Amino acid sequence: MGAVLRNPKLWIFAICLLPLARLIALGGSGGLGANPIEFITRSTGTWTLVGLILTLSVTPLRRLSGYANLIRYRRMLGLFSFFYACLHFVTYIWLDQFFDLAAIARDIVKRPFITVGFSAFVLLIPLASTSTHAMMRRLGRRWQHLHRLIYLVALLAVVHYLWLVKKDLTSPLIYGAVVVILLALRLPWGVRLMQALRGWGAAVR
Amino acid sequence: MLIRHPDAILPSEITPPEIYRERRRFMQGMGALAAGTALGTLDDAHAGIKLAGVRTSPYTLDEARTPFKDITTYNNFYEFGTGKSDPAENAGSLRTRPWTVAIEGEVRKPKTWDIDALLRLAPLEERVYRMRCVEGWSMVIPWVGFPLAELLRRVEPTGKARYVEFVSLNDPKQMPGQRSRVLDWPYVEGLRLDEAMHPLTLMTMGLYGEVLPNQNGAPIRLVVPWKYGFKSAKSIVKIRLVEKQPVSSWTRANPDEYGFYSNVNPQVDHPRWSQAKERRIGEFFKRDTLMFNGYANQVAQLYRGMDLKKYY
Ligand code: HEM
Repeated sequence: MGAVLRNPKLWIFAICLLPLARLIALGGSGGLGANPIEFITRSTGTWTLVGLILTLSVTPLRRLSGYANLIRYRRMLGLFSFFYACLHFVTYIWLDQFFDLAAIARDIVKRPFITVGFSAFVLLIPLASTSTHAMMRRLGRRWQHLHRLIYLVALLAVVHYLWLVKKDLTSPLIYGAVVVILLALRLPWGVRLMQALRGWGAAVR
Repeated sequence: MLIRHPDAILPSEITPPEIYRERRRFMQGMGALAAGTALGTLDDAHAGIKLAGVRTSPYTLDEARTPFKDITTYNNFYEFGTGKSDPAENAGSLRTRPWTVAIEGEVRKPKTWDIDALLRLAPLEERVYRMRCVEGWSMVIPWVGFPLAELLRRVEPTGKARYVEFVSLNDPKQMPGQRSRVLDWPYVEGLRLDEAMHPLTLMTMGLYGEVLPNQNGAPIRLVVPWKYGFKSAKSIVKIRLVEKQPVSSWTRANPDEYGFYSNVNPQVDHPRWSQAKERRIGEFFKRDTLMFNGYANQVAQLYRGMDLKKYY
């Protein structure tokens, strides 16, 4: 039991469930406000994006800290992002549109923000379904190439957010800046920067 | 189950406005005592006061009214922040007394009215109107006020007056949202003179029989029920009669998305989302949006012969 509790994976798993637990608690106590469906859509959308950002920060953090072990938590974060994306999508087709397939199809074709969000979601599916060790082994190098799709997904998610807000672009721009920084840190100079910072940190210590 | 059908809510779960009021007033009282001693006023005491002598009017929609709590906690009022709950949280800093409304421009008798004189200008009526937000949600709201025409007649518009411009308060000290430049302040809206004179167009000072809460546009706002909500300017300080079509704040911010007319029209989509349906606050299923928000019989003739796709 003690060993289980000391496993960080368990804690990360529990923490990742908190946003859902909050929604359920608020739903049960009537705390979702005047427009609960909007609340749930926005909350699950936000946590999908946060999940993508956390997943994307694993590699830079690893380079910065030198803890190669961090990579062990990346898959769980990615899958949680996908989990919230599924909730977000289900909220949309079930609670928002109530399975009005014609309206959903029209939305996907006609509304740029939905088109982009939908593309991001569809692109996440192959990533989630090839996340097992077996798949990693089977795909070899191609696995890495395939999983670079997450860069595109994160950018599409930010565009989705930018295009849906009515006027106040503050929060999509903040999320966008974070995504851009995380992607830039993967460029050669970003990698060198991370390594230099790490060397400097070690020297100071 | 997260979402309950309205029928499934027990009557005991719904807080009657008086009790909700009481709680709110108590909490505001605590805040106001702290803030009010600093400012030397306790303006918020106005909220929650019953308006006397309110008549019912034939313009009483036979649809379930949106609860007071939803009408007063789910608002778009960017002067107090861009989030839906920001106005309810931040509008306590608005001081609604003293307050004047200046009526000027192309009128023979320009005049600056004190808000308390305005309240006695014409008999107050309760009108239960639909309210449709451009974002795709709607409410049914019992407003209290009198037709704008009552006011406009008294200032005698000249022959040159063709449009009416409404200007809201511009004071970042009272309206913290104005410290951000999301919109060009002050908030400006406009109507054609015949729209402004239409009997449905209401100068509004009350909600649910009480003095209008700050977050709903106190002390005086416009309500134009056949147009998207943003046309109904809040916390008005100036009304100008003008010759040229005013440029309203949302049109200035985004001319492709928000036109001067902004009549509720299920056939003309917002460029980024559909306007065919709406979610009535408190309901699970979306309902069809009605032409002119259900007021076509009263207002369609104002737009006869106009291409409503062009004049959106
Ligand atoms: C990876 C995929 C996606 C991500 C990361 C994502 C993210 C987001 C974010 C961050 C928001 C805004 C939250 C807020 O306003 O606070 C949002 C809203 C929304 N998203 Fe997504 N989304 C994704 C996919 C989708 C899909 C597939 C659909 C539907 C087909 C969709 C439909 C919506 C809708 C309808 C809203 C709410 C718009 C509003 O309330 O005005 N999203 N999403």
